[in-house]
Amino acid sequence: MTTVAMSPQQAIEQPNGLVLLLRYLRRNKGLAVGLAIFLALVLFTVIGSFTVDLKHAYPLSVGLKKPPSWQYPFGTDFFGRDLLAAMVVGLWQTAVIGILAGGLGTLIGVILGFIAAYFGGFADATIRTVCQILTPIPVLLIQVVIASSLDKRDVTIFTMAFIVVLLAWMGPTLVIRSQVLTMKERQFVSVAKLSGVSDFGIIFKEILPNLLPFIAAAFVSQVFLAVFAAFYLAVLGLGPLREPLLGNIIWAATGQGAFFNGWWWWPIEPSIGMILILGSLALINMGLDELANPRVRRTE
Amino acid sequence: MNSMTTTAPDARTAMRPATAATPVLRVEGLEVTYYTDLGRAKALDNVSFTLNSGEKMGVVGESGSGKSTMALAMMRMIKPPGRVEAGKVWVGDTELVSLNTEDMRKARLGKIAYIPQGAMNSLNPVIRIGAQMVDALKSHDVKGSSAELRDRCFAALHSVDLDPGVFRMYAHELSGGMKQRVCIAIGILLKPQVIICDEPTSALDVVTQRQVMETIDRVQDEINAAVILIGHDMGLMAQFVDKVAVMYAGRLVEVATVREMFTDPKHPYSRALIASLPNLENKGVFQGIPGLAPSLLRLPSGCAFHPRCPHGNQDPQRSVRPEEVTLAGGRKVTCHLYDAEGVKNG
Amino acid sequence: MANLLELRNVSKVYQRGLISSHATVALRDFSLTLNEEEPTILTVAGESGSGKTTLAMLLLGFITPTVGEIVYRGKNISGLTGRDRMAYRREVQAVFQDPFAVFNPFYTVDHLLSVPIRRFKLASSRSEARSKMEESLSAVGLRPEDVLGRFPHQLSGGQRQRINVARALLLKPRLLIADEPVSMVDASLRATILETLRNLQRDYGVSIIYITHDLTTAYHISKSIVVLYRGGVMEAGDVDKVIKNPQHPYTQLLVDSIPWPNLEQRWGQQPIQARSGQAIGEGCPFLPRCPHAMDICKTRPPLFQIEPKHAAACFLYDKQPQIAAEKLSEQLPA
Repeated sequence: MTTVAMSPQQAIEQPNGLVLLLRYLRRNKGLAVGLAIFLALVLFTVIGSFTVDLKHAYPLSVGLKKPPSWQYPFGTDFFGRDLLAAMVVGLWQTAVIGILAGGLGTLIGVILGFIAAYFGGFADATIRTVCQILTPIPVLLIQVVIASSLDKRDVTIFTMAFIVVLLAWMGPTLVIRSQVLTMKERQFVSVAKLSGVSDFGIIFKEILPNLLPFIAAAFVSQVFLAVFAAFYLAVLGLGPLREPLLGNIIWAATGQGAFFNGWWWWPIEPSIGMILILGSLALINMGLDELANPRVRRTE
Repeated sequence: MNSMTTTAPDARTAMRPATAATPVLRVEGLEVTYYTDLGRAKALDNVSFTLNSGEKMGVVGESGSGKSTMALAMMRMIKPPGRVEAGKVWVGDTELVSLNTEDMRKARLGKIAYIPQGAMNSLNPVIRIGAQMVDALKSHDVKGSSAELRDRCFAALHSVDLDPGVFRMYAHELSGGMKQRVCIAIGILLKPQVIICDEPTSALDVVTQRQVMETIDRVQDEINAAVILIGHDMGLMAQFVDKVAVMYAGRLVEVATVREMFTDPKHPYSRALIASLPNLENKGVFQGIPGLAPSLLRLPSGCAFHPRCPHGNQDPQRSVRPEEVTLAGGRKVTCHLYDAEGVKNG
Repeated sequence: MANLLELRNVSKVYQRGLISSHATVALRDFSLTLNEEEPTILTVAGESGSGKTTLAMLLLGFITPTVGEIVYRGKNISGLTGRDRMAYRREVQAVFQDPFAVFNPFYTVDHLLSVPIRRFKLASSRSEARSKMEESLSAVGLRPEDVLGRFPHQLSGGQRQRINVARALLLKPRLLIADEPVSMVDASLRATILETLRNLQRDYGVSIIYITHDLTTAYHISKSIVVLYRGGVMEAGDVDKVIKNPQHPYTQLLVDSIPWPNLEQRWGQQPIQARSGQAIGEGCPFLPRCPHAMDICKTRPPLFQIEPKHAAACFLYDKQPQIAAEKLSEQLPA
């Protein structure tokens, strides 16, 4: 064997994780802004739930139709709801719907996508065909039909989440499926097989970690879709009417002719809230799309 | 598809008789630095050489030694965080480093052509070959009717032994070797004075490789260009080039004729390279070069090769940077073991 | 004692499309016997489309033969389960061409070495596993502390390929398929890697099938050689005999095109006839390019014995005794 002369120590310091993250955020401003707004909303909700009396979010709790003041910074509405409390509770509920529906949709997508791509054959053909049949169905229409045919008392935030997921899972399934299909052919999977790794080992330990950016991006876009769907269903009056969902507040405000009556704060505040939520989610989604592109990850 | 024969060139002597010993390419003191997040890397350090028309020079070195960087620097295609810090590149009468963007664009392909590694994969898959060739002509302000332009392309295709029918084909209809020859044809469309080929045959099998190299040989004869062949296959160098330049850690450590390089290499790195080559006589004998090429971010002190050099563990190798010396016959070596008279004593 | 691995008249055919059944024969009637007692280094040489990659995939059990069977220690590999399958995986390993593709970018390079140690139970404790990893890394000329804990993109191509070879060293399989292990590696590193492979065979009894199109390194490292072209065996035998005295016109063309790093050995004495895209039908696959083509070449030539340990599939030698495809291994020196 040739004598092995080692070259001198080649240690080049790698800056630590936090610094790299901050540097990346500086480059990807969309993601940074989206995250900032999102964080602000979270803080609002968290601080709000400790400082505001949340029972005031429901009708007939406080004085009616009062404009914004020190006592009621967001004013009150026709039904006697403290709008600040309503916003806090509404945001929280929106988050629940978003995460529930978004999480469920992503989970279904990951499971079905993996099964279809990894095992191929009949499973793949079935799943793919079902997705392709369901995708062109106009989602809004179906959601409106289902929501309006439910007994009003049955509509809760959980039923809202369910209605949303029903037609949202196909997207993540197809995306994850195509990613797994490409990844399955990569040579490190062959090497893992040669190293004795079982099929499940390959799915969970070799392929899944590389898909985390895609799964995260799918999750965010699913949350976005869920929040948006809950919003427009509520605006149409199809949401859980008792709850102070932002869409509900707007629906109630339009129903009472809030603008014409001069109660401008009533529909404006939830609108701004909705714009902030959807905007931050959209920015995060776009930012994550960039991150999922492997060429970007070469910041290390 | 094709079934044309290529004929072998006559046996060459080591040094092609220079038709006119006019240097068509002169590189002086080229320096390139990369400014990365992790520090500054000197990718090219004071690289200088000349090449006559009709001459073929091979540039060998490990990955990271700077060979592709040199080609990119000459073409002024270095992108940030890299920067050409100093140096001049003369092609004929034109100095390239100081040209403005528009003139440099014309000079590319017009005076100096670059066929990058994997060029065959960079052919546009949705445009016919002919259209891409005519594109190249038009973007260099070559005037003429479509028939005239097409004839020029046919002539170029003929030089690389391809059927004129290839003009109407798409890239995916061609084999690897044919695609590579198309890239060579594009490279010679404007009869440049210098052609740089960066690993033109790395993905090709041995027979196609020979065919492509013979094509480059013939093409070069026709237009009397100078050719720089970048690669790490010393066998290919032995069969093809007149001169060999060895690069290590961004510097040119030796420049010699191909015969000198294979019979009497001077620099210890060149020696180790030649000794490690498999040939018909040394079956079963392996002589690799110990150690690893240094990272350009943390070059060793003194001579960059000293940690791996059998003569390395002493001064001045450890502390003093060696300078280039010109030996008898025009050979250049950058090594503490040599001064202008030959091997130093001690 | 059953042979380690046998290929019995294996063919692999790819059908394209349902309507136009355009069949490509990737490998035709290939037989090989690998014996555990006589570890050897065999080169399978050919250009792209020759079937050498198909052969590698078949040997590794990644694809199944269309015709014929592959037998591991007496059992057909497609039927292996449980412990037998693990044993087969453990004993048949590979080193691939692309140093980067074999690494999972999510993990550090340690993953490549630690996973097989864990799956094949090569170490009983974490520290033992670590020391085995360090040992094999040192044996290929790497400093463990320079390499362990790093991500693949932080290392150079040469370092990555050395780690690949270190993995093979670690596993010490019975059979190692090396698919172009040095073609994406710098010339200065090739000798080191090839030497490591040779030592695996010499000191640890590992049989190596070296797949390449580079006949210089093939000559340097192996004992026997099989030359493939478009799925068929053209020539086979002792590597010295085949390379110094090639008999098949295709091998002659190959050897003539070798860029020897030697100024006295020039390539290009023979003209090259370009490859046509037509399907080859039933005759000799080299027929469209062969300078000695004859009418009889429209039928497939069997192997003819040129001399001991040297055979060629060409009708130029039809006066010589014929050899059945099953007996290919007898032409290869141990």
